[in-house]
Amino acid sequence: MSDASTHAVRVELPYHLRNLAGVGEEVVLTLAAPVTLATVLDALESRYPMLRGTIRDHGTLQRRPFLRFFACAHDLSHQPPDTPLPPAVTEGKEPLIVLGAIAGG
Amino acid sequence: MSSVRVLVGTRKGAFILTADGKRKDWTVSGPFFAGWEIYHMKGSPVDPNCIYASQTSGWFGQILQKSEDGGKTWHQPGLKPGEPEMPAFPGKAPNRFEYDTSNATGNPLTTHQWYDGSQHPWEFKRVWHLEPSLTEAATVYAGVEDAALFRSTDGGQSWQELSGLRGHGTGPHWQPGAGGMCLHTVILDPSNPKRIFIAISAAGAFRTDDGGETWKPINRGLYSKYIPDPNAETGHCVHHIAMHPDRPNTLFMQKHWDIMRTDNAGDQWEKVSGNLPTDFGFVIDVHAHEPETIYVVPIKSDSEHFPLDGALRVYRSRTGGHEWEPLTKGLPQENCYVNVLRDAMAVDRLDDCGLYFGTTGGQVYASADAGNTWAPIVRDLPAVLSVEVQTLP
Repeated sequence: MSDASTHAVRVELPYHLRNLAGVGEEVVLTLAAPVTLATVLDALESRYPMLRGTIRDHGTLQRRPFLRFFACAHDLSHQPPDTPLPPAVTEGKEPLIVLGAIAGG
Repeated sequence: MSSVRVLVGTRKGAFILTADGKRKDWTVSGPFFAGWEIYHMKGSPVDPNCIYASQTSGWFGQILQKSEDGGKTWHQPGLKPGEPEMPAFPGKAPNRFEYDTSNATGNPLTTHQWYDGSQHPWEFKRVWHLEPSLTEAATVYAGVEDAALFRSTDGGQSWQELSGLRGHGTGPHWQPGAGGMCLHTVILDPSNPKRIFIAISAAGAFRTDDGGETWKPINRGLYSKYIPDPNAETGHCVHHIAMHPDRPNTLFMQKHWDIMRTDNAGDQWEKVSGNLPTDFGFVIDVHAHEPETIYVVPIKSDSEHFPLDGALRVYRSRTGGHEWEPLTKGLPQENCYVNVLRDAMAVDRLDDCGLYFGTTGGQVYASADAGNTWAPIVRDLPAVLSVEVQTLP
């Protein structure tokens, strides 16, 4: 946590999205509470607008089917987007992992 | 001295092949966007250094890329090169292709026929074809899956659907081919800025004469055994259409089966397959300087997507169809089982017209003498999805 009112949240991106955004494996986003999947993705897309539409649909904001959200060894992909993320993510101890499904050639 | 730039989209990235006007020594650059499917790249006739690319992925969806320096550097329109962290651009996104359902300009999001015969709502999947305007540097069209035509007038920063096409009354009868329900061909009439031709698999060909507001099917004369009424107004699996800019009313079509031509802008088509050994195929193109000289690459059948007898042959007709000659010199004549996909052939505009086509085996073949002789200019790319050529001064 950066200070009392903001959180430094780590997000790990898959290879192709790192290249698209021009970043390394992990980015750190500073955002205010509540820290949820939706607020983290909002902050991610605001800072890296080239990622809009690549993780979730522009209009519906639904997760793209071949992507998953993992954190603290749990699959959060099917949780409602306004569910608070685990404290370890909120506190910056663990990353929120955006993961591409293993498939294809 | 003139030069050529060949834009190659593949299953795993984009490549740019360049040569001087002799077209003997080639430089290959790429892969750009490595690991992504590049369905199509095309340069602007107004500003040849402005090139658009459709970058897609089953995982991450659609990305639209643009180069303003002839393909050396790329960026998503609206995001300046070297400034990846610029503030968000409210209301705009270069990869947002949203069907227009507004009351003012759009059409309700209707349904089309699904593989099982049920009705299915339109869903955007990817951009198949990008067609920059012939006259406006910032205007570009995008043919997409599920079939619709979009236009950008701000250099690709934002897109608006020309919804009159999707809203055509026959829409509920359109259905996807095996490759999806894609709008893959966009031809702008150089003599009439209001006229656009498009083709959809498997709905057929359509034309607008009012800049995209209203559309009419132009499929009369097409005959397709695989639809209940072989002469139906729509439902034909058009694979590609080509036009010579000096004869905008004459179009040549490679349908699923059959080579067709029209001389009245699609109002009536005539079969011109003639003596071809098979008239299944995907590509068709027209010689740059001879409007009655056309090229196809026959493929054995819709069940066997490779050349007949394992011999890769381009066929040329100098009579606008009916009479065809095989062009084999320099092409593999045994054990060749590649395909040539619908947007993977192009011509340059040098005095001695050059032809280019790419294969699913990763070869790009070129001819600098109108098809008489061929040579691979690159051999081992990923499967080639599209080939476009720019002739540069």
